[in-house]
Amino acid sequence: MTADIKHEGGTRRDFLQLTAGAFGVVGAASVAWPLVNSLNPAKDTLALSTTEIDLAPVQLGQSITVMWRGKPVFIRHRTPEEIQKAQDVDVSALNDKEPDSQRVQKPEWLVVVGICTHLGCVPVGQKTTEERGEYGGWFCPCHGSEYDTSGRIRKGPAPKNLAVPPYEFLTDTLIKIG
Amino acid sequence: MGSGYRQPFKNPVVEWIDSRMPVFTLMQKEYGVFPVPRNFNYFWNFGAIAGVMLVVMIATGIVLAMHYTAHVDYAFDSVERIMRDVNGGWLIRYLHMNGASFFFIAVYIHIFRGMYYGSYKKPRELLWILGVLIFLLMMATAFMGYVLPWGQMSYWGATVITNLFSAIPLVGDSIVSWLWGGFSVDNPTLNRFFALHYLMPFVIFAVVFLHVWALHVPGSNNPLGIEPQTEKDTLSFHPYYTVKDTFGLMVFLLIFAAFVFYAPDYLGHPDNYTPANPLVTPAHIVPEWYFLPFYAMLRAITFNIGIPGTEIVFITAKLGGVIAMFGSILLWFVLPWLDTHPVRSARFRPLYRLFFLILIAVFALLGYIGSQSADAHWGPVPLSLLGLACTGYYYAFFLGILPWLSRYEKAKALPSSIHEAVLKVKAPAAIVILAVLCLASPSARAAGDAVHPPAQHWSFNGPFGTFDRASLQRGLKVYREVCSACHSLDRVHYRNLEALGYDEAQVKAIAAEYTVTDGPNDEGEMFERPARPSDPFKAPFMNENAAKFANNGALPPDLSLIVKARHNGPDYVSGILTGYEPAPEGHELLPGQNWNKYMPGHVIAMAPPLLDGGVAYEDGSPETVEQYSHDVVNFLTWAADPYLEERKRLGISVLIFLAVFAGLMYAVKRRLWSDIH
Repeated sequence: MTADIKHEGGTRRDFLQLTAGAFGVVGAASVAWPLVNSLNPAKDTLALSTTEIDLAPVQLGQSITVMWRGKPVFIRHRTPEEIQKAQDVDVSALNDKEPDSQRVQKPEWLVVVGICTHLGCVPVGQKTTEERGEYGGWFCPCHGSEYDTSGRIRKGPAPKNLAVPPYEFLTDTLIKIG
Repeated sequence: MGSGYRQPFKNPVVEWIDSRMPVFTLMQKEYGVFPVPRNFNYFWNFGAIAGVMLVVMIATGIVLAMHYTAHVDYAFDSVERIMRDVNGGWLIRYLHMNGASFFFIAVYIHIFRGMYYGSYKKPRELLWILGVLIFLLMMATAFMGYVLPWGQMSYWGATVITNLFSAIPLVGDSIVSWLWGGFSVDNPTLNRFFALHYLMPFVIFAVVFLHVWALHVPGSNNPLGIEPQTEKDTLSFHPYYTVKDTFGLMVFLLIFAAFVFYAPDYLGHPDNYTPANPLVTPAHIVPEWYFLPFYAMLRAITFNIGIPGTEIVFITAKLGGVIAMFGSILLWFVLPWLDTHPVRSARFRPLYRLFFLILIAVFALLGYIGSQSADAHWGPVPLSLLGLACTGYYYAFFLGILPWLSRYEKAKALPSSIHEAVLKVKAPAAIVILAVLCLASPSARAAGDAVHPPAQHWSFNGPFGTFDRASLQRGLKVYREVCSACHSLDRVHYRNLEALGYDEAQVKAIAAEYTVTDGPNDEGEMFERPARPSDPFKAPFMNENAAKFANNGALPPDLSLIVKARHNGPDYVSGILTGYEPAPEGHELLPGQNWNKYMPGHVIAMAPPLLDGGVAYEDGSPETVEQYSHDVVNFLTWAADPYLEERKRLGISVLIFLAVFAGLMYAVKRRLWSDIH
């Protein structure tokens, strides 16, 4: 009889202590979350995430670099030869299989994020005088990745093609990235 | 540390670690089975509570430091960015701001508990001294932290406190310019204060460790002040006091949360929502409430000390004040040797108890005096004189009364052991808490003969208050059509207007009505473009000088924070907008001056801005000055405190959670202790 009562008291005590422990865990987690979440991009950072660029002054064959979300975006005004080269590639032979048509909205304008998909360096090749690798696109000096005129990875350690950011043509020569 | 005999643990992982570094044995010994007197009252909770507050301050502080910029040009803006743009930033900052106050509340109760029950006496002198050291470190940390937001109070607080050191004879001025790193409080000062403010909490943490170490050698004192003799007198720390401490902590956090969510700026000062201005001192500067008693002692010494009737001065009034202030805390270091009475607890020392309770009252009164302006009176009594009397009592208590009582006070008979004594919580509990909370009374209003504007009903008041969206939109219209001709609204962006009930397209359209300067473009030229939602509200003037020049030399303040930067902001701003009157007989106004009954000093440069019918409302609301002012104040309150609604909503859940948790812990504690009593 007494043992029973004691046992009952024991379970009830256990229950109370477990519940209290659970409250402590939930409470600590709900305090930790705002602290962690505060490190995510703030509202003013997010508000600046679109960039508008006037393409009119960019000559055929010329490339420009613009800043979007703190990163370089390459915009290349491709020549017909470069477009031809990009379209003639056998897609099934590529590491990251994407036809050129999926990577551009207007064939003469290639817009890609200028960050090597290997470890984040900025490839060279924006100027015609710079090394562009054997596929005529960009060459990453850090670890030797080579990209073609569609910004696709052709050689070296990088796993993916240069990313295409979200963008739209507001007019024929005005583009909004983001 | 924890070496010597060790009981093996059953869990192999725990045992593997413990046999190499006996951290589990140590925790078990110091926090598991550690014997604690069984007769603690709730005052003994505050050590643990203070420890938790230190962790809260460090955790929130580290995150704040990641968002803060320690530069005079950016500090204020970066704090406002935390309040407006950083995810949950307002909550983290309010926790940190109010956390400082609540840390001090816990520590003051902890200190006065130690004094009341004689916890500083042999063999706990070193424990006490380490505690006083923690308190000093806390004061320094809190002071430097208050400088970081770089508001008016930050700047002038830093100026006044650093100038204290100029009272030191001969080398004072050199020390002050060394502290500043320049000729005034400026960027170098802010940078070093930030570095030190980040460092000091970890020093405090280390001293707390020593404090706890020093506690665990003699063990805790208790309300009877007699040492435990047998196992009957003690309980294991876990679970008895872990549970009791958690319950006390939850009640404490409940009050803390009530301030954070419902009165986050109550313990602060509105002037600190005005950016620092080295050219203008606010009318009435006061330190944070927890420094007020010491500040009152500083101001109590208003006379030179020297040979009367001659010009010979040994101690100037300035130095005397500084000595009185610092000395009042330094005295605590030698308290164990000022009070050498063999009985610890005030419970058995009626005279000590009486004089000590008077000391608490005097300390609270000093806090009140410190909050008032230097020339304030209580009836015919100048408060400074009262402050001097209180300071006198404070010193007399430590230097005269204590040594005298040590020798002559006859104590009541002590009980023979703790478990035989009748245990009951006495009234002083309430007195000390009340005294400390009294200090937290709102600080004094700016002096002047201004009439206080009438309190209005605002929809955002109260724990469930929300903004009236229609009024916010009308208020925006009033701001855009009237106020924005002279007043900027720098901290509000067009994108923020979605909170007023506009959709994305409407916000874009509003922004596009403004033209802003951007650039330079590729040719190096600045150019004009329509504003985007990500732009801040366009300011009416290029810069401050242009604004002053266009307004007869008076700078129209930025309105982003005006409601927070004034006492009773909504009523005050509304009062100013509606308080214009012809100047009474005998008051000559200069050209460009106007008479306003609610303006401190009554003379205001701003011409009456609102006229009946001046702004067309589309929703049929009355087009009167009263309605305009009500709407624009609603709008400006939102501009100053955009998370008001979210804060109040979240507060309800937090308070409910803490209340349930506290109730649960109380049930656990009752259950646990039912076998003990």
